[in-house]
Amino acid sequence: MTASATPPSVSPLLAMRSIRKAFGGIPALAAASLEVAPGEVHALIGQNGAGKSTMIKILTGYVARDEGEIAFDGEAFEARSPQDAQHKGISTIYQEINLVPFRSVTENICLGRESRRFGLLDWRAMHEQARTLLARFEIDIDVRKPLLRFNTATQQMVAIARAIGFKSKLVIMDEPTSSLDEREVAVLFDVIRQLKQSGVSVVFVSHKLDELYAVCDRVTIMRDGRTVKTADMAAIGKLELVASMLGRDVAQVAKSATAFGDRHGRISEVVLAADGLSAGHKVHDVSFSVRRGEIAGLAGLLGAGRTETARLVFGADPMRSGALTLDGKALSPREPIDAIRAGVGFSPEDRKYEGIVPDMAVAENLTLALMPQLARAGVIDEAKQRAIVEKFIKRLDVKCSGPDQKIRELSGGNQQKVLLARWLAMNPKLLILDEPTRGIDVGAKAEIQSLIKELADQGLAVLMISSELEEVLEGSDRVFVLREGRSVAELPHDQASEAAVMAAMAHGDTDLIPEESAS
Amino acid sequence: MSQAQTQAAPTPRRIDTWGAIVRYSTLSALIALVLLNVIFTKNFVSWRVLDVNLTQVAAIVIVGVGMTLVIATGGIDLSVGSLMAISGAIAPIIFLNKVVVIGEVHVAVAVAMIVAILLAGAFGWFNGWLITRFRIQPIIATLVLFIAGRGIAQVMTNGSLQPFKLDAFQWIGLGRLFAPASASASGFHGVPDQVVIMLALVAAAAWALKRSLFGRQILAIGGNERAARLAGVPVAQVKRWVYCINGLCAGVAGLVVIAINSSSDANQVGLGMELDAIAAVAVGGTLLSGGRATVGGTLIGALIIQLVRYTMLANGVNDDVAKLVKAALIVAAVWLQGRGRA
Repeated sequence: MTASATPPSVSPLLAMRSIRKAFGGIPALAAASLEVAPGEVHALIGQNGAGKSTMIKILTGYVARDEGEIAFDGEAFEARSPQDAQHKGISTIYQEINLVPFRSVTENICLGRESRRFGLLDWRAMHEQARTLLARFEIDIDVRKPLLRFNTATQQMVAIARAIGFKSKLVIMDEPTSSLDEREVAVLFDVIRQLKQSGVSVVFVSHKLDELYAVCDRVTIMRDGRTVKTADMAAIGKLELVASMLGRDVAQVAKSATAFGDRHGRISEVVLAADGLSAGHKVHDVSFSVRRGEIAGLAGLLGAGRTETARLVFGADPMRSGALTLDGKALSPREPIDAIRAGVGFSPEDRKYEGIVPDMAVAENLTLALMPQLARAGVIDEAKQRAIVEKFIKRLDVKCSGPDQKIRELSGGNQQKVLLARWLAMNPKLLILDEPTRGIDVGAKAEIQSLIKELADQGLAVLMISSELEEVLEGSDRVFVLREGRSVAELPHDQASEAAVMAAMAHGDTDLIPEESAS
Repeated sequence: MSQAQTQAAPTPRRIDTWGAIVRYSTLSALIALVLLNVIFTKNFVSWRVLDVNLTQVAAIVIVGVGMTLVIATGGIDLSVGSLMAISGAIAPIIFLNKVVVIGEVHVAVAVAMIVAILLAGAFGWFNGWLITRFRIQPIIATLVLFIAGRGIAQVMTNGSLQPFKLDAFQWIGLGRLFAPASASASGFHGVPDQVVIMLALVAAAAWALKRSLFGRQILAIGGNERAARLAGVPVAQVKRWVYCINGLCAGVAGLVVIAINSSSDANQVGLGMELDAIAAVAVGGTLLSGGRATVGGTLIGALIIQLVRYTMLANGVNDDVAKLVKAALIVAAVWLQGRGRA
């Protein structure tokens, strides 16, 4: 592996060299390095477990390094805590929103650096400060309202504004776009360019390659705890990028963009039929069906009601009207347990919030739904549990030290595999997957996609929600498009072109801001 | 709070080590306390001292067992002291034949104990019902019976003291197992019955938490209630049972206390018990936010609190000062937990 990039002409703003770090004897970083020039947008990419997060955590003071040098702004740099790093000019935006939902937007933005007058909080000044900051993001909201009143995307923007408000010299963005829609991504990119112009550097972590080309100047690629390549974005092709990340041949990667291969519409009996579902203020009239051995995709913009629809089928939220049938029998789940008993599995969008029980072991997370079946007279049959867990760890190639490892120590991709295994162990008729590959690296993503395909080929009915158009289009036998809580199109695989689906998402409305009008 | 903290968790290995240190430190604090007493307190190494301490700690531990389960789900129960008073009030009413006359004394006592424990359990179930049906915060929901429960006990007894002397009942507070036939020179009088009950409950709960479906469901709810629900765990049902069990434990403890006192005073039985039990759970290393629990830790925690108090009294320190030390212990325990998570 050669470092082919032209070295920055000026001395770098940040230089991390020969960084080593081991967790309990297992090396997470071995000879990793990262250099960022002033005013540069620098991509940091790699599979899960490549060491990106550890690098960032070392830089921002969450963990201490074992070895290596860090220089920032011409001086040796040492952050004892994230606050310390922030003081010294490095702020971080995580993929999870790290804010206080019950407090107002202003309080969130000004948290920790409140303006005071005569010993009291100067609310007028703080509201003004918050408004000015958000204006840079072209966001005009009532900053006095609590944060949780706004959608996830706006919340994310608030988090970004908060970080940049610190007059940082370096902003680290860890998958900032994962919960934004296209328009908001465009806004974010404008902000990044603005930052760049004002001399602020950005380290940009993302799994979406197009974004890297759109906004980054250079890229550092990591694999297995090492920096394997640094290059100018303009000088490296997408394929080479992916190949370096995976450590594979370029030719091998070239075959298909996603691991679904080509889907064909199937003609088989309907497993799930949903007719005229409505609930809350997000779902108004949704109808679709899923056949045996079919992957049905639910497409739509952020706020179109996809997740809400899935939750209705699973009994997680109450339904106002509409009818569900599963295998010809009426299904009206009042609680998830009813849907589970009927043979439905649901893997939620937000793994950390609704999927994993972080303090529990892989084994217990994997068998959480199956547990009642593993118990005899209320006592868990641990031998049986272990056998099942080991079978699925092997079958799905879950990388963990063993069934007893806590799930929160696993990478996102491996957590997702455990959650999939949770349902596969139940042998369901219908599996609902909400964003099955969100926040997962390219390698694990391909594995999960081909696993879903394999499951469908074996006869499982799959309902898949994905914000990545590519994934829905290539992965689905049929695509159902939702718009503002209503079904607007059903497209078989061969008709589900990017243009057709996007047209359906936007159909009949000149205003392309769905989540604003839906709420 | 847990979200921010799990995010901040950078090194999984260190957390485990810290978890071990937390647990280890509880046990080593107990050992240190015992050693300290062996050196400084006169006549500490004797059956009598062990007897006194275990007898006094039993009620706290019995309540602490139920409280550990409640806290493991991420909840809390303030009403246990009042439930003890209710149990302690109803039992004498029955076995003193105040309402209905039951001729055979053993039958009367059996009925009294069962009714008292079940009544406390029913009130506990009511706590769980309030919490799950109306989604009221546990601290508020159980405040209802914290206040009303003692009132109910006073109404039942007309606010008057119920004295009694009845061996058929008082075995639960005064009886002993394995008592030697004649008074032995060592001073060993056998194992107090309530200590046996305490150990049995601790063992049963520790086993259930580890091995049973119910125990796993409790921990799953405490660890991530949303995830547990979406995986089909009957959250409301499990919680109601947990609060019910906590009520049953409080019922047993109420009986132990009135048996020791030879009287039942609705104003006094179980007064402040909720705080002692929560303190024992916290000092024992159970995570107050739920998801991680150790019943054995609660036993050790209660012993530490008891021993601190005993040490101070035996060395002539005022009981009020002992309370300060107890408070300091809780702060130290919670601080250690914070370190373990950060």
